[in-house]
Amino acid sequence: MSRVVVDVMLKPEILDPQGQAVANALPNLGIEGVSAVRIGKHIEIDFAGGADADADLDRARAIADRLLANPVIEDFTVRLADDLASADK
Amino acid sequence: MRIGVVTFPGSLDDGDARRAVRFGGADAVALWHGDADLHGVDAVVLPGGFSYGDYLRCGAIARFSPVMAAIIDAAHAGLPVLGICNGFQVLCEAHLLPGALTRNSHLHFRNRDQRLRIESTDSAWLGEFGVGQEVVIPVKNGEGRFVADAATLDELTVENRIVARYVGGNPNGSMRDIAAIRNEAGNVVGIMPHPEHAIEALTGPSVDGLGFFTSIVRTVATGRAGHLAGARA
Repeated sequence: MSRVVVDVMLKPEILDPQGQAVANALPNLGIEGVSAVRIGKHIEIDFAGGADADADLDRARAIADRLLANPVIEDFTVRLADDLASADK
Repeated sequence: MRIGVVTFPGSLDDGDARRAVRFGGADAVALWHGDADLHGVDAVVLPGGFSYGDYLRCGAIARFSPVMAAIIDAAHAGLPVLGICNGFQVLCEAHLLPGALTRNSHLHFRNRDQRLRIESTDSAWLGEFGVGQEVVIPVKNGEGRFVADAATLDELTVENRIVARYVGGNPNGSMRDIAAIRNEAGNVVGIMPHPEHAIEALTGPSVDGLGFFTSIVRTVATGRAGHLAGARA
């Protein structure tokens, strides 16, 4: 089995009111000096079967391109999970 | 005349949409998300609500439902389709309309009677309106802010594909005050406010929304559906 991580972020030019709301709340926690917060999605996909890392990355990329990200407003990156053993706990 | 209204898991306004179809003078046909058969309907309404819980992105999962595969093919062939609120989001996710609907810029859910100006009537669903006409139709959304890149916005403007704009205050930060757009052929229209909630004095702030449903009846009756996209069998 291999685990691929897909990170989806709003494109830089797309307004992220959620991130702004979080940034604006930080002073209430006594945290200063934060200039921006942007919020995205972290998605973990587990592929069954023998691990062919390149093939799994390609499959994850296809999934992200069709479903997980909307290319009109979002960018995504794919990578293999760093430490599958600890992530499995 | 038969107009289909799709029910996805999480649709809320399918009942009101079917009622509006009947008020407009057509038979309402309930279409189920898992059924790829359109049952020979003359037009389709994608209603408001929270299909699939709005998980991932609004409309992103509904777009891959069996009924949508059939609707996408039929829309390309000229079938009139009206997407209201969540239905508009589904149409953008399905690439039948450009752009995307994102979180309201102020983060608040907006539920109010909204004034709109009709900007373009050259589509299957707007024939009974006049350009420049102002109407009042309820808006209720949390993710209704239309966004697209500048080139797309310019194209929509130049090609007269902005169907309606918000006036008297933009409820969600929508770019260029866009409340509704259409596709190139004019058979597909997406609108954020809810015309199905403004069809009679008893339940709505106006009867301005009824025009969408009487317009489509006339369009289908006169065989003008998809007149720009090429005739549909």
